[in-house]
Amino acid sequence: MMLSLAILALLSVAAPWVCRYAGPARGVVLAAFPLGIGAWFASKIPAAADGEGIVESVAWLPELGLELSFRLDGLSLLFALMVTLIGAGVLLYAGAYMKGHHQIGRFFCYLIGFMTSMLGLVLADNLILLFIFWELTSITSYLLIGFNHDKKESRAGALQALMVTGLGGLAMLAGLVVLAFAAGDLAGVAGGVWNMSELPEGLSGHAHYPWIVALVLAGCLTKSAQFPFHFWLPSAMAAPSPVSAYLHSSTMVKAGVYLIARLHPNLATGTAEGLWEGLLIGFGATTMFVGAYLATRQTLYKRLLAYSTVSSLGVMVMLIGMGHPDAAAAYILAHAMFKGCLFLVAGIVDHEAGEKDVAEIGRLFRAMPATALAAVLAGISMAGVPLAPLAGFVAKEKMIKAGLDAGPLTALLTALIIAAGSFTVFIAIMTGFKPFFGKASREPKKHAHEAPWPMLAAPVILAVLGIVYALVPALFATPVVTAAGEAIKGGPFEAALRLDAFYYYEISLALGLSLLATLIGVGIYFGRGLWVKATSPFAKLDGVVGPAKMYDYAMLGLTKGSWAQTRVLQNGSLQVYIKMTLVAILGMFAWAIWRTGFLPSVGTNFERTGLLEWVLIISIAVSAIVATRLGSRLATVAVLGVIGYAVAVVFALYGGPDAAMTQFAVETLIVVIFVLVVYHLPRFAVYSGLAVRVMDLLLAATFGGVMACLVLAAGSQELFAPISAYFNEAAMPETPDGQSAYGRNLVNIILVDFRSVDTLGELVVLGIAAIGVYTLMKLRDDQEGTPVAEREGDEDQSEEGDA
Amino acid sequence: MNSLVLQTASRFLLPLLLLLSVVILLRGHNTPGGGFVGGLLAASAFALQAMAFDVESARRMLRVNLLAMVGLGLTLALVSGFFSLSAGGPLLKGLWFEVPVLGFDDPIKIGTPVLFDIGVYLTVLGVVLTMIFTLQEVVE
Repeated sequence: MMLSLAILALLSVAAPWVCRYAGPARGVVLAAFPLGIGAWFASKIPAAADGEGIVESVAWLPELGLELSFRLDGLSLLFALMVTLIGAGVLLYAGAYMKGHHQIGRFFCYLIGFMTSMLGLVLADNLILLFIFWELTSITSYLLIGFNHDKKESRAGALQALMVTGLGGLAMLAGLVVLAFAAGDLAGVAGGVWNMSELPEGLSGHAHYPWIVALVLAGCLTKSAQFPFHFWLPSAMAAPSPVSAYLHSSTMVKAGVYLIARLHPNLATGTAEGLWEGLLIGFGATTMFVGAYLATRQTLYKRLLAYSTVSSLGVMVMLIGMGHPDAAAAYILAHAMFKGCLFLVAGIVDHEAGEKDVAEIGRLFRAMPATALAAVLAGISMAGVPLAPLAGFVAKEKMIKAGLDAGPLTALLTALIIAAGSFTVFIAIMTGFKPFFGKASREPKKHAHEAPWPMLAAPVILAVLGIVYALVPALFATPVVTAAGEAIKGGPFEAALRLDAFYYYEISLALGLSLLATLIGVGIYFGRGLWVKATSPFAKLDGVVGPAKMYDYAMLGLTKGSWAQTRVLQNGSLQVYIKMTLVAILGMFAWAIWRTGFLPSVGTNFERTGLLEWVLIISIAVSAIVATRLGSRLATVAVLGVIGYAVAVVFALYGGPDAAMTQFAVETLIVVIFVLVVYHLPRFAVYSGLAVRVMDLLLAATFGGVMACLVLAAGSQELFAPISAYFNEAAMPETPDGQSAYGRNLVNIILVDFRSVDTLGELVVLGIAAIGVYTLMKLRDDQEGTPVAEREGDEDQSEEGDA
Repeated sequence: MNSLVLQTASRFLLPLLLLLSVVILLRGHNTPGGGFVGGLLAASAFALQAMAFDVESARRMLRVNLLAMVGLGLTLALVSGFFSLSAGGPLLKGLWFEVPVLGFDDPIKIGTPVLFDIGVYLTVLGVVLTMIFTLQEVVE
């Protein structure tokens, strides 16, 4: 498992080179890797299905409870197969779809980076690890939605998706931490339980249970585009079609569903009235209905599919909440096939016929027969047409049966399912039938022709698999769906799962309702002009107080609020900043002394102060005074350099050669940088009046005095045993044990070994600072007329982002 | 700046300072030094070159794009941590190997912290020079 992640991560970094050297074969070359990994996962179906699953684990940051622990069980396997196999098809497709794009290497880097993150997400067992992969999918999704970043709608859609899923993700992080500690309480583990496979039963009895549910669901519901957070998904359709098919239909948007399913055995209360189940059914059913309804008012191919995906995600959440894990798993697999196929078809229609609006186009069957065939099969599957032996029909029958078995909610849920089902039939006709056989209002913009084979492969295979699913379920559907369903349920099913279509051909209420939904859907299709008119008042309402509008208001408020607080707190005067900082620090000292009543005694041991020390002290003091009196910045900088050197000598005298060396080097470079900055500053002048300057002097003197006392106090008492003895022993023990750091310079060993994670973090900060300086100065250049082209070459340096 | 003294001094000092910076980088594990000081020292060598002649000549001498150098340094530091993962973790735990070298009696000890320190060296060098060069280019 870890090896597969490593391979994909490396492939992501290598993708630009593959694109450069493989030429038209890029899609085949890149797709081979996830295909191979998918085959490996497929070979693990029996092993993953036996309940325990396959576990791999490596310590990472044990001090923080972080572990690279991965676990492949039935649920992970279902998602891992979708991520790798659909991913392989999408890579093949994208190789042809993105042909000729000038940043094609970058595109594949992002896309495979996303694949890695998504695979990591569904395999991770550690909660924090899951969160890291979760956020990585948000970030790669942001990059992919905004891939055509010269378009305003791409940027807006990317930012919207990141804001909504990112905020939800932060709430979820809090929820996961509370969850881990609550689980630790129940299991009697002090540091919390961080591996999901070790979470105990009975979390619903914990005092923090409502918080856990609310926070974790905040992350899941935003990620899986549940109403009222659904609006980011249609906006995300600004992404290229392969991205929409892969991220925004088959995989990423299902991450929320995945986590809900993953935590279901631990967070479920066992009754439909429980908090967890109630919220899932409420959000899921609402989303299912609203998403499908909103889709009926769209005419753009991809937006239709996007809203219908919102509806499908609602179905999945609802089915888990209703306690039908088998139906949920069956639906997840069926949906990935028919919706992924239709998104790819939408991309083909756009690419080969230049059309995006399904209301305008029709009769493309002659020009692209294979595409039409795939679309019709996927459409029939999506509609769940009664008696058509396709995956969608089986999943829909299971869904209706679940609705008819919902206790007191039966009437309401069945009505919603049938309504959403009718809308879905209408969407299926609009997306799977109309573009190819319906009436065209005009000729397509481009001369329509069939897509090349790499673009046809994935949609055709997905469409055909929909038949295999329902006719020969034992081939792949039953084992995968059973394993996943049992993982969601948290135990084996009582009866064997039936996914063969014929099983559902009996005359029953469910089949009758399915037929009814189909008829209503066909009715809406023929009366669609009337339907749009009848529903337009609701659309107007949505435009004024809808969730998307609320988001706009919130963003506007955020911008205005930031602007206001910036003007008050960060007014640009360096003097004010420094004064605020000093006063705040003094205030904190005063508060600490007042609260604790602890006033450290100041040591006054000056015995070791010899002639050299006095020379240093006097030169520092004199330089400090001179620095305040000089009328030139350059001279001030030079004098401050003298102070720095003198301090470095103090370090050298008192046994800190490393600190001294660094101080010398830093002082030198700071003077150099200062000299360069001075050039940009206006003429030196004094604007402050006498009163202000006296106040400044008092503040500076107080601060300096307090700091001096603090240093003296710190040097004269020992509150804790120094850690240096431990470091000495760990660095170079008397008896080497293979664990030591093999070194004698403690300062360096702390930096590169004991605390190397901190150092790594600091290096990243340094890198960001360098990029900051670079962009600030270069942007200035651009305004002064330097060609933008110069920047292009340097923008690709984002190695650390992918590593 | 067109000072003959500075230019002549820079010609001699640059190689010496660079050599010294590498020595300081490598000796750091046992004696005062390390990647951070080494990187600063190397940066000051190139800063001297840039001041004595111009940024263009210093960049030519470096041959490498500075931000690429920062990226390389960060990658090295991170990659050095991955070695321990293959040995069962945790991340960034130092691994040491004894490598026999021809002409020495004792084998030379090489460890992943050395790679990490080289990463620190390159990052610091790249960051400091990015700041100095971009600022100085505006002045020029």
